[in-house]
Amino acid sequence: MSISADSTELRTAPDAPRVRDRADLRRQVKLVVLFAIAAVILLLFALSIDEPTVRYSLSDVYDPSQNHDANGRAVVWVTFALAAAAMLGSLLNVIPKGWPTALVSVVVGLGFYVGLTFWYFADQPGDLASSFVVTNPLPQAVNYATPLVLGALAGVLCERAGVINIAIEAQLLAGAFFASVASSMAFSSAAGLLGGILAGVAFAALLGVFALKYQVNQVVLGVVLIALALGLTDFLLGQIPSSGENKDLNQLLSAPVTMEKVPLGALADIPILGSALFNQTVLVYIMYVSVILVWFLLYHTTWGLRVRAVGEHPKAADTVGIRVNRVRWSAVLLGGVFAGLGGVFFTVGSTGAFTNNASNGAGFMALAAVIMGRWHPVGATCAALFFGLMLTTQDQFGVMTKFPTELLGAAPYLATLIAVAGVIGRVRPPAADGEPYVKG
Amino acid sequence: MTGDQPSKDGATGTAGQPEKRTGPEPRLVGTGIFSATVKDTIVTTVLAIILALLIGAVLIAISNSDVLDALGYFGVYPWDTFTRAGDAIWVSYTSLLKGSIGSLDAIQATLAKSAPLICAGLGVALAFKAGLFNIGAQGQIIAGALAAGYVGFTWTSLPIGLHLLVSVVAGVVAGGIYGGIAGVLKARTGAHEVITTIMLNHVAGFALAYALAREIYQVTGSDERVSPPVADSATYPSLLGVHSGVVVALLAAMLVWWILERSTLGFELKAVGANPDAAQTAGMNVAKVYTVAMLLAGAFAGLAATMQINGDQAQISDTLIGTIGFDAITVALLGRGSPLGTVLAGLLFGALQVGGVSMQASTASTPPELALVLQSLIVLFVAAPAVVRHLVRLRDEKQDSTFAAKGLSA
Repeated sequence: MSISADSTELRTAPDAPRVRDRADLRRQVKLVVLFAIAAVILLLFALSIDEPTVRYSLSDVYDPSQNHDANGRAVVWVTFALAAAAMLGSLLNVIPKGWPTALVSVVVGLGFYVGLTFWYFADQPGDLASSFVVTNPLPQAVNYATPLVLGALAGVLCERAGVINIAIEAQLLAGAFFASVASSMAFSSAAGLLGGILAGVAFAALLGVFALKYQVNQVVLGVVLIALALGLTDFLLGQIPSSGENKDLNQLLSAPVTMEKVPLGALADIPILGSALFNQTVLVYIMYVSVILVWFLLYHTTWGLRVRAVGEHPKAADTVGIRVNRVRWSAVLLGGVFAGLGGVFFTVGSTGAFTNNASNGAGFMALAAVIMGRWHPVGATCAALFFGLMLTTQDQFGVMTKFPTELLGAAPYLATLIAVAGVIGRVRPPAADGEPYVKG
Repeated sequence: MTGDQPSKDGATGTAGQPEKRTGPEPRLVGTGIFSATVKDTIVTTVLAIILALLIGAVLIAISNSDVLDALGYFGVYPWDTFTRAGDAIWVSYTSLLKGSIGSLDAIQATLAKSAPLICAGLGVALAFKAGLFNIGAQGQIIAGALAAGYVGFTWTSLPIGLHLLVSVVAGVVAGGIYGGIAGVLKARTGAHEVITTIMLNHVAGFALAYALAREIYQVTGSDERVSPPVADSATYPSLLGVHSGVVVALLAAMLVWWILERSTLGFELKAVGANPDAAQTAGMNVAKVYTVAMLLAGAFAGLAATMQINGDQAQISDTLIGTIGFDAITVALLGRGSPLGTVLAGLLFGALQVGGVSMQASTASTPPELALVLQSLIVLFVAAPAVVRHLVRLRDEKQDSTFAAKGLSA
C-alpha cells in the first residue's frame, strides 16, 4: 500500500514528472471498463422496469407476515449510481490501489447483485406477484459455501507447505462416502464426522506418500487421485445392496443420520445475519472454527511459520534445521482433516445417503477459491462465500423464467471468470509449490 | 504452482524420439514429461499395469457374491473361497480381454472408443508442453460437438465429402475458439488457466443443456432433449468396419509430433513451458505462445468431438460426451505428453472401457467401475516408477524422479 500511496503522490506533486507504468494504466483501464459495463447493464435494467413493486423478506423462511414491498426501480437506480460513481472515480484515477480498490470492487459487485435481483423480481404478472418474494440469500449461501471453504482450507494448508493439492475433489468424495457409511452404521451424525475425517486423512496420506516419499508430479497425482476416488466410491456404492435385495444391510450402510440446524440462542435472532450465521448445522460452526484455526496456525505459530517457510524456500528452511518433509507431511495430513469434513457436507451434512459423484466438482471450485483467495485462508473463505452466494442466486432465480434456467446455471461460473480475469488477475503462488524437496 | 523455473529432469526424450537421447540434452521440457530410456519406460509401464491388475483382482474377489458366500464358511472349508475368487478373477479378466481385443467386433469397438480419447489427450499434452494445465478439454469438446453436430444435421444440402469436411472443421474451430478463450485470458489478464478452464467447463455444460432445450437442436415435433442424427453425408466413411475418424486421430498424433519436434512453434511451446522468463528474455512472445497453445489444445479437443459426432450418425445428448474430457487428462499423463505415448494410452483406456462392459456381462458380473479404478491405478504407478521398483525389488538403476517437473504454471 505504501507503494501505491507513493505513486499517487508522484503524480499529484507539482514538480514530479507524470510517470506511470503500463501495468498501472492497464489496471485502471480494466476497472473503468468493468465498472462501465456494470453501470450500463444496471441502466438498462432501470429503464426496462414497468411495474416496480418488489416484495422482499429479510428472513429465509416462508412467512407472508414478514414480507415488505420495495420500489424495485429506485433500488436499481441507486445501484446504477454506485457503479457510475465507481467508474468516474477510476476514470479520474482517484481510487487508491490496494484495499480501497478492492473495497470499491466489492461494493459495486454487491450493488450489481442487488440491482440484478430487484430487476429480476420486478414486472411480475399480477396474480403471481405475491408468490415471488426476494428472500434473504445469506443462510443458504453460507450453507453452500461450507464444503468449499473446508476444501479450500485443505488446499491452502498443502500449497502453503509446497505441495500442490488438486485432489481436494478426491478428499471430498471419499469424505462424503465414508461419512454416509459411518453415520449409518453408528446411527449418529457425529460418527459421520469421524468417518469423513478418516477418509479425508487417508487420501491425504496417499497424497503424502506419493508426493513426498516417491516424488510423483503432484499435478498428475491429484488428477489420478480424483479418478481413483471417483472409481472407488462408485465401485463401493455398487457393493451396497439395494433395499429390495437386502433391507437390513442397506439400512446399515446407506441410511445416514443427517444433521439438524442448531440455532445458537440469542445470536440466531440478530436480523439478517443471525439466521445466516448462527442458525446452521454443527458442520457450519466447525467451518467457522476451522477458518480461524487455520489462519491462527499459519500466521501466529512457529509451526505455521515453518509451513510457509518450506513452501517458499525449502532449502533455506532446511539450513536452519527445519525438517522439510516432516513439516509438509503434517500440513498435508491436517489438510486432509478439513477436506474430509468438507466431504461430510454432501451426505450427513445435507441430503443423506451417498450418490454417485456426490461432490460434483465442488473440489475444483475449492481449488479455484484457493487461487482466487491468493493462498490465504481468509481470502479463500471469501472466494468460497462468493461461490455460495452465486449458487444460492441460481436457486432463487430458478423459480421464475425471466432467464432460461440453463443460463442461470452458468452464471456463477461466468461471474467467477469475470472476477478472476477482471479484478484478480495475476496471482503468485508459494515459490516452491509442487517442488519435491530432496536433501543434498 | 509455478512453472517459472526449468524442471530438474531436463530432457526431451520421449518414447517417440529415442534417438535424440544421446549426449547432454538441452533443458527443454514442458511440465510432466518423462525422462527415461525407452526400455525403462516399457518396463515400468508393463509393471504398473500388472500391479494395477493385481489390486483389481482383489477388488473383483471381494465384489463377487459367490466369494462372499464362501467366506461365510471360510473356517470350515477355506479352499472354496480361493477357488471361487480365482474363478471370478479369471472370468473377469478373460472377458475384459475378449471384450476389448478378442474379436474383430471388439477391436473395432475399442478403436472407436479410443479415437476421441487420443485426440483430446493430444490437446491436453500439447498444452502441458507449454506449461499449461488444460482441465478444459471437456468444455472444448462440448463446444466442438455443438458446432459439428449443428452443421452435421442441418446443412444437408452440401455434397457428400464437403459436408463432412465442413462439419469437422466447424467442430475443430469451435473447440479451438473455446480453448483460446482461456489462452487469451491467461495472456491478457494473467487469469490462472486452471480456474478459467474449470469455469468454462461448467459454462459449456450449461450451454449444452440450453441448446438441447431449443428447437434448433431438437428433432422436429419432439420435445426430447436429443438432437436429430447427423446426416449420412457428414459421417466419417467406414473403413474395415471402423469409422475413418480413427485414421484422422492417428494423423493428428503425427501432426502434433511434427509441431513439437520440427516446427518453430513447437520449440517456442517447449521453451515457454520450461521457463517462461527465459523464453521472454530470448525474445519469444510468451503471451502469444500461451494463446496459440490453448487454441491448438482446444482444436484437438474439438476434433475429439467430431469422433463422437461424425463417427456414427450420432445424436447430441447430454450423455454423448460422457467424461472424455477428463479421461483425456489421464490419457495425456499416461502418455507422458508424447504423441506416440498418448496414442498408446488412448488405445489402452479405450480397451479398458470397452472391456469393462463385457466384464459386467460375464458370469462374474464384475462392476464396470472397476475399469475406472484400473485406469487410475495404472497411471498412478506409471507416474511413480520408484514405487514400482520398490514393490518388485528392481535394482534402482538411476534415480530418475519421473514427472519431477513442476506442475501448474501461474
